[in-house]
Amino acid sequence: MGVKTLIIDGQELSARAGQTILEVARENDINIPTLCHLEGLSNVGACRLCLVEIKGSNKLLPACVANIHEGMEVVTNSERLKKHRRVILELLFAERNHICAVCVSNGHCELQALAQEQGLTHINLPYRNPALTVDASHERFTVDHNRCILCMRCVRACAEIEGAHIWDVMGRGIDSIVITDLHEEWGSSACTRCGKCVQCCPTGALFDKSKIGSDHPKYPDFLPYLNLMREAR
Amino acid sequence: MTIEELEQVAKSVCQENDKYDFEVNVCMDLACMSQGADRLRDALEKAAGASGKNILVRRTGCMGPCSSGPLVRVDPEEHLYHHVKADNADAIVASLGGPPVPELQCDLNDHFDRQVRVVLENAGHIDPEKIDDYIGRDGYKALLTALTEMTPNGVIHRITESGLRGRGGGGYPTGLKWGTVAKASGELKYVVCNGDEGDPGAFMDRSVMEGDPHRVIEGMAIAAYAVGASKGFIYVRAEYPVAVSRLTTAIREARRRGLLGNGICNTPFNFDVEIRLGAGAFVCGEETALLASIEGKRGTPRPRPPYPAVSGLFGKPTLINNVETFANIAPIVRNGGKWFANMGSERSKGTKVFALTGKIANTGLVEVPMGIKLREIIEVIGGGVPDGHQFKAVQTGGPSGGCIPAEMLDLGVSYDALMAVGSIMGSGGMIVMDDTSCMVNVAKFFVEFCMTESCGKCIPCRAGTAQMFTLLTRICDGKGTMDDLDLLISLCETIKETSLCGLGMTAPNPVLSTIKYFRNEYIEHIVHKRCPAGVCNIEAPAAVSAEVLA
Repeated sequence: MGVKTLIIDGQELSARAGQTILEVARENDINIPTLCHLEGLSNVGACRLCLVEIKGSNKLLPACVANIHEGMEVVTNSERLKKHRRVILELLFAERNHICAVCVSNGHCELQALAQEQGLTHINLPYRNPALTVDASHERFTVDHNRCILCMRCVRACAEIEGAHIWDVMGRGIDSIVITDLHEEWGSSACTRCGKCVQCCPTGALFDKSKIGSDHPKYPDFLPYLNLMREAR
Repeated sequence: MTIEELEQVAKSVCQENDKYDFEVNVCMDLACMSQGADRLRDALEKAAGASGKNILVRRTGCMGPCSSGPLVRVDPEEHLYHHVKADNADAIVASLGGPPVPELQCDLNDHFDRQVRVVLENAGHIDPEKIDDYIGRDGYKALLTALTEMTPNGVIHRITESGLRGRGGGGYPTGLKWGTVAKASGELKYVVCNGDEGDPGAFMDRSVMEGDPHRVIEGMAIAAYAVGASKGFIYVRAEYPVAVSRLTTAIREARRRGLLGNGICNTPFNFDVEIRLGAGAFVCGEETALLASIEGKRGTPRPRPPYPAVSGLFGKPTLINNVETFANIAPIVRNGGKWFANMGSERSKGTKVFALTGKIANTGLVEVPMGIKLREIIEVIGGGVPDGHQFKAVQTGGPSGGCIPAEMLDLGVSYDALMAVGSIMGSGGMIVMDDTSCMVNVAKFFVEFCMTESCGKCIPCRAGTAQMFTLLTRICDGKGTMDDLDLLISLCETIKETSLCGLGMTAPNPVLSTIKYFRNEYIEHIVHKRCPAGVCNIEAPAAVSAEVLA
């Protein structure tokens, strides 16, 4: 493994070959917004918030999956990127029914935090207000599809970490929805009740029934630790 | 099978054909079949048997002008008959050896004269289910020549020299792609043929697979030899049952002849092909989604790099090309790269098959040299817009392409020229629109297609196409504002730059190109609440009473 040098936002940095742009940026306290990325899970490059500019190329690259190479110059916060990030967040807020005031995750929500960080003050796009269901059949957890942003963290956590793979996606495009088993109720699915998916969910879509009001912080930090301990065995 | 044996078969095919005084070729492409070509063929065979003349009735692939079907060509005189019914069979058979049947004669000289047929050279001349017919027209010669006389590098060099670029729409240089896969390390490599043609109004690949399936298989085998692969997959959409059945027959016959399998032509080269069926998702035409689908997973794209050339099917180096790209390989290997590079324009070589549809006289399949003017394709080959209507725009590249207005008809068709005017080459669909089409409505139609076909993985495409559709619906309903138009443009830019795969990146093209070239139609809808073409159903604004005004 060689060492490479690169420039991110004007800072000269060194990194190990094979690292992603996001890893290098985070090691050096450079903030790149992410939503579908979660340390400890595989990367899918789906939320497009971590897109960065590479000097000499017109194409934007997702920092979570793009590997660094020698001498590359990365820009993470140009006006063009900021505009795209705001539009993407707007698209998410307008897609389903995100009403912070009545959400268990109010104050602990990654989507909400990103909107504040990116200076999103209002939504220009028309709200779609889809009629979506809530599945409260599980004895411990609830899934509220109105708040789901389809980041697929639950799908990956269940398949990759827990090994149960009860979560998956049904339908396509704007009609996509996360389902348990073959679209069974969560309560009667093969769920192991481990709760990893709930801790990984960035919004209030998956939540613990014992939490009320907006007292539901989530702690997904155990994932990288779990992976490390598994590797060590 | 060796080259000598191949030549022996070709010779016997010629001798067999020489036994007949006349050949009656019936187009059995899907378009002609739907107009009764199978009944026609039965009638012709019956009439031929009863006539006592020495006649061969042969079913063939697509002859081209589908709107004139069912088509029949009589050889050696090369009389082309159109709109032939089963009742006409006796008249055609009776006319053999004498003057043609006047009321059925089809005068499409302009249509055919400007075309150059490379990919479609056999379509209309061979029976797609008979491997001997294909061998009789130099089939599999290129494969056996490559195996016995050329090195894999030599084959790649020849393809590079030809300047062939990917015919699926991206236009990536084929030789370069082959070279990358050849250099990728790994014992096991795959060759995949993308036959998931999903663009509305496009049927080039279907016609090639139905009319000349062996050509695709031969191209794949040559590619496999060049890159060091031993296994191939043809991914065909399940909506093409005839193509699937003809490919299945073709693969079986090629195996029987020893042209697929182990030790082809007594060399150590092994190659076999399997068919995989798509399940109706447009996005599976995107290469990484297609590979995921073959692996049995949900057909969603993944970020590249790594490119399939390095890590593709089951994580192995994979060469993936379109049907038409593979169909070009055998003639290039046979005739040399320079022969191919002599056709076409500066940076787009060879010929391109287009599916002409929409408001045009000669709907069907055409093959033209690259660089030909759009005007020539539409007005001469296509026969222009029928019924006295005015040409308005031509849409190239399917739902991801843009609409090109009348002022730009003198544009030479090439990858770069089409890109420069905000459209794309795409796989080759060409939809002609006349003055009865509303461009806002057309944009809405294509955006709706992209919306329902988006896989839903990345946000810009999933939610963005739905928002574009909402905004366009508002404008079409006469409820849009100028702010909506600005919002739409801003949204398009983000979707274009941030989407994960080609579907999302190109989904705004129909919107942006219609706003660019037909902005006045948008303004009419928004400001004057009227649809100039009379397509959109806009309710008249409620009459404002005098009291309110006062």
